[in-house]
Amino acid sequence: MVPITSLPGPRPGLGAGSAGLRAPELSEPALSVEGLTVRLPGREVLRDVSFSVAPGELTGLIGSNGAGKTTLLRAVLGLQGLAAGRVAAKRPIGYVPQKVLLDPDLPVRARDLVGLGLEGTRLGLPWPSRARRARVDELLGSVEASSLAEARVGTLSGGEQQKILIAHALARRPKLLLLDEPLANLDLKATQEVVALLSRIAKTHGVAVLLSTHDINPLLAVMDRVVYLAGGRAASGTTDEVVQTDVLSALYGHHVCVVRLHGRVLVSTTDEHGEQGCDVAADAWEGAGPTTVRAVVPAPGDEGSSS
Amino acid sequence: MFSGFMVNTWLGGSVMAAVAGLVGFFVVLRGSTFAAHAIPQGAFAGAAGAALIGVNTLVGTGTFALLGVAAIALWSRHGRNDVVTALVLVSLLGVGSLFLSLSTEYAQQAFSLLFGSPLAVSSSELVPTAALGAFCVALLAALYRPLLLGSVAPELAITGPVPPARAELGFLLAVGVATTLALPVVGALLVFSLMIGPPAAARQLAGRPSLAMGLSAALALVTAWVAIAASYETNWPVGFFVGTFSAVWYVAGRAWAAWSRRARASVGPRARQKLALGRAS
Ligand SMILES: Nc1ncnc2c1ncn2[C@@H]1O[C@H](COP(=O)(O)OP(=O)(O)OP(=O)(O)O)[C@@H](O)[C@H]1O
Ligand SMILES: [Mg+2]
Repeated sequence: MVPITSLPGPRPGLGAGSAGLRAPELSEPALSVEGLTVRLPGREVLRDVSFSVAPGELTGLIGSNGAGKTTLLRAVLGLQGLAAGRVAAKRPIGYVPQKVLLDPDLPVRARDLVGLGLEGTRLGLPWPSRARRARVDELLGSVEASSLAEARVGTLSGGEQQKILIAHALARRPKLLLLDEPLANLDLKATQEVVALLSRIAKTHGVAVLLSTHDINPLLAVMDRVVYLAGGRAASGTTDEVVQTDVLSALYGHHVCVVRLHGRVLVSTTDEHGEQGCDVAADAWEGAGPTTVRAVVPAPGDEGSSS
Repeated sequence: MFSGFMVNTWLGGSVMAAVAGLVGFFVVLRGSTFAAHAIPQGAFAGAAGAALIGVNTLVGTGTFALLGVAAIALWSRHGRNDVVTALVLVSLLGVGSLFLSLSTEYAQQAFSLLFGSPLAVSSSELVPTAALGAFCVALLAALYRPLLLGSVAPELAITGPVPPARAELGFLLAVGVATTLALPVVGALLVFSLMIGPPAAARQLAGRPSLAMGLSAALALVTAWVAIAASYETNWPVGFFVGTFSAVWYVAGRAWAAWSRRARASVGPRARQKLALGRAS
């Protein structure tokens, strides 16, 4: 397979080349990843991944199951050893992990969980104070969860818990906020709420937000940049630069097509349809209607899948 | 009942109960009830060994509790430690049965080590008991936030300055100390009921961590006092009363939680709203 960065001709938004395409950022990036390679027992999960996230920007980390999104976020957090490359991240970093199971019996209110974010995980007992309480209230307010403050976290709905976890992650005023699949398990309304919330956090607090998702569509309207993972490699840049048939085909190493319809994006493999593939996929998608079809992000080699 | 050597038991029993209630808060929160069961059983082997060679049981209990803690902490992987805990439990129990068989003259002592005795605390043990209790409380206070966050969701604690494995070691150490203090009074078989019944009830009754932790210690104290008094009066083992009371607390806690949930569901506007909306996930 041809390494994506060495493909002939200028390709917008691909690999390490993408940084040079944009005007130099006025502010230094909150996160810059260069040539990141991660090997886990058995295989190379990430290979030569490069991108950066500027303060105030919302970046989507897109990839199918097993593409390496969680691995990449863990590498940024310093929890994952690197085989090669460099990660420079401004601290503190806020982190919302992918799987957080909260027991309904936990004697912990939403307010307590946010408070635990406030002091980090410092040693010693937390002393209640008026300032501390005000800060927790402010954080809960910033995620529109003031009414949930006194409820046990485990009894809240998935979307409500997601907001509390975001408030927890924001407590230490992070420069960089990492969220692993924050939209999984959320319905349409909750998804829109959380996306709007994250976009607002990025803009008003100047936080660099990097969130992973397997579905690019909920982010299309708010995303400043995208990092698209497939086969261990990444393409990065603005959505328009990256989400293109030729760019993603180069990334996947075989022909895929990108269909845009009703303001949504479908990425589909087309090998079974040959040259007409994209039209066939577009027709099929049109027939199914924009609300019932979600973007299908095929794994490399997974040629049979389409919507 | 409150005179002479019984004063030692009241004092020592109060320290061990408060410590067991505080440690138990995290035992229940972290779902570490199996470790809280296994460490006392392993420590019993140490007590039996101490009786065999004529050393103070506190020393034997403490040594074996530490041994168990170290083995569990060292060999557990990725937070899953049930298999290691079981292996530590069976190997220490095996050693304990050997010690017991070698010291047939100490049958009475073995009985009270297993089931507890209201006369277990001597005046010479009061100072070490208080010191160990203070150490345990200090340890829990220092680790309170990392332990709490790690108990709520381990994934949230991994970025903190205290690695979850180190917090777990501190926690197991606290379980070992609480065991050492409580075992002579409550008995090896039922020490862990004091670390489970009161905190399990407390977390149903109190919705915030500090309150639940305090309530757990208070319920454990009441349990221990009632059990010591009842044992003194009836001559039945302390462990019997501790075990029974712990179960009663738990059932009462569950009943209260169920009742209050129903009461809230029938009046609370938020509850009604939630019922109407359903759970999102
Ligand atoms: N500890 C590990 N040891 C070996 N392989 C691992 C380990 N952790 C992850 N992997 C492998 O690395 C690949 C990427 O995993 P990762 O969890 O980063 O994917 P992901 O993009 O987050 O997927 P998902 O959308 O399912 O969460 C997977 O193929 C997985 O099997
Ligand atoms: Mg993942």
